[in-house]
Amino acid sequence: MSTSAPSTPHASGLSPGGEAAERGSSLGHDAWLRLRQNKLAVFGACTLLVVALACSLGPLLSPYGYEETRLELGASAPGLRHWLGTDVLGRDLLVRMLYGGRISLAVGLSATVVALTIGVVYGAVAGFFGGKLDAALMRAVDILYSLPFTIFVILLMVFFGRNIILLFVAIGAVEWLTMARIVRGQVMSIKQMEFVEAAHALGFGRRRILFRHILPNVLGPIIVYTTLTIPSVMLLEAFLSFLGLGVQPPMSSWGVLIKDGAEKMEEFPWLLLFPGTVFSLTLFSLNFLGDGLRDALDVRSSKD
Amino acid sequence: MLRFITSRLLQSLLALYLIVTATFFMLRFVPGGPFTAEKAVPPEILRNLEAHYGLNQPLPRQYLDYLGSLLHGDFGPSFKYSNRTVNEILADKLPVSLELGLWSLGVALLLGLSLGIIAALRRNTWADYLATAVGTIGLSVPTFVIGPLCVLAFAIHTGWFSASGWYLPADRVLPSLVLGLAYAAPISRLTRGGLLEVLHQDYIRTARAKGASEARVVFKHALRGGLLPVVAYLGPATAGILTGSFVIETIFQIPGLGREFVTSAFNRDYTLVLGTVILYAALIMALNLLVDVVQAWMNPKVRLET
Repeated sequence: MSTSAPSTPHASGLSPGGEAAERGSSLGHDAWLRLRQNKLAVFGACTLLVVALACSLGPLLSPYGYEETRLELGASAPGLRHWLGTDVLGRDLLVRMLYGGRISLAVGLSATVVALTIGVVYGAVAGFFGGKLDAALMRAVDILYSLPFTIFVILLMVFFGRNIILLFVAIGAVEWLTMARIVRGQVMSIKQMEFVEAAHALGFGRRRILFRHILPNVLGPIIVYTTLTIPSVMLLEAFLSFLGLGVQPPMSSWGVLIKDGAEKMEEFPWLLLFPGTVFSLTLFSLNFLGDGLRDALDVRSSKD
Repeated sequence: MLRFITSRLLQSLLALYLIVTATFFMLRFVPGGPFTAEKAVPPEILRNLEAHYGLNQPLPRQYLDYLGSLLHGDFGPSFKYSNRTVNEILADKLPVSLELGLWSLGVALLLGLSLGIIAALRRNTWADYLATAVGTIGLSVPTFVIGPLCVLAFAIHTGWFSASGWYLPADRVLPSLVLGLAYAAPISRLTRGGLLEVLHQDYIRTARAKGASEARVVFKHALRGGLLPVVAYLGPATAGILTGSFVIETIFQIPGLGREFVTSAFNRDYTLVLGTVILYAALIMALNLLVDVVQAWMNPKVRLET
């Protein structure tokens, strides 16, 4: 465990019953104050907000369509008419980046939701019921951890068509393992607390205790690791798209744009630079926001 | 200790068997065979081809045959490259990928450990911030962005290195640096965190009180405990370096196993895909096993848990 524990709102916030609501909100308020102190996390959050807004609203404001080709223009350097230039088919790079961002963010969010759901339920069940069930479930996670999963995602994408729904599911099915481990560890420590015993004594069912009493107290770590899962999911999507196995044309994502840019970088470096920068900046922001949240919510980083 | 290794070994073998089976059946149940891509193959030739490769046998039979030859270390013939066996192709390509992987791992460890140690010892100074900055770049800028940018900067513009290929010793530099940098970042973070945690403990204070030099305190006493998280991370890191080589080998046009795997998957070269997956899985599991053993050896607490 860490040597210095400044304040432990975690433990004090775990009071049962009616008091929880009021305490919970002040816990959230504390965390918010701490988060605001962290400049990098604030920078990350603002950047993400700008990127998300630009991707969702930007294409509506642009005079150019996303598929609109102007072959006579070709790849033109950034200028007044096309702020970030155009690609070899004369398509406006800015609009393509905003549309690509929609797909990248959508894949990031939905695959994370898949991973989150599997991981939380799996980890909570293992941690709550314990014993042989727990041993079997966690042994399975250990084995899965050692498998070369990226390879299976590639196989899936190659053989079952490069379908975007499959992409969500395949990526989500890979990324839930860490979440399961973390949730299990938390549930195991929380289920031994007195308020859980009290809930048992009151005669509540196990399902109710698990979902209404224990899981809300694991919310902190869940939020933190969700924030940190999104960038790794987006990275995997871009990785696949770069190999030509992810999002397929005419749809586009940041990974696709980076792939196209890398092919043409010798003559038209901006085609690689801009998508690469925006993608990296987004990952960077998500990582910082996740780290900031971890500090603000006082989640221990140890995974075991 | 022996019991620990045996149980891990059995677990790995079970996992390996599951991988072989899952991949085998996954490949057979997908639409399109290895010969559907070639246009207008007359039916009789197709039948001959299938008979030649044993594809006309019932599926369970094919499966058992495959397992049988696997036990003899035979991965079968390649579907795509006629008159080459999968064993030949793997033997041809694997050394290249292994070399790339080893160099990258070396870069990652050297850079990650030194940055992490400096950051922990000079906490909250510019050296710490620099290490954090490098770590963040390595964490947020993906290899497929850094890779092409490095080619642009160090090969095309300055001409220091060649943009692609795997002929000269200098050709190893850029790919290994790019791939290694991505894993140096988490290693430096883990080293910093692990060391900081250990440096506060009583036995370090004792070592200092005995008058041990700072270098001895850090390298002899603190690193052994502080490096445990790093050792634990080496399993996932090597797996990541192996799969990361798919992208690196594509960018730098390196004739290694990673690029071959992606191509063979596109070609539906069943036997080659299977062979590659099995080889990768076996490699990753062997490395994980090694990491587990080293970890247990370094930390009696882990050893006693199992």
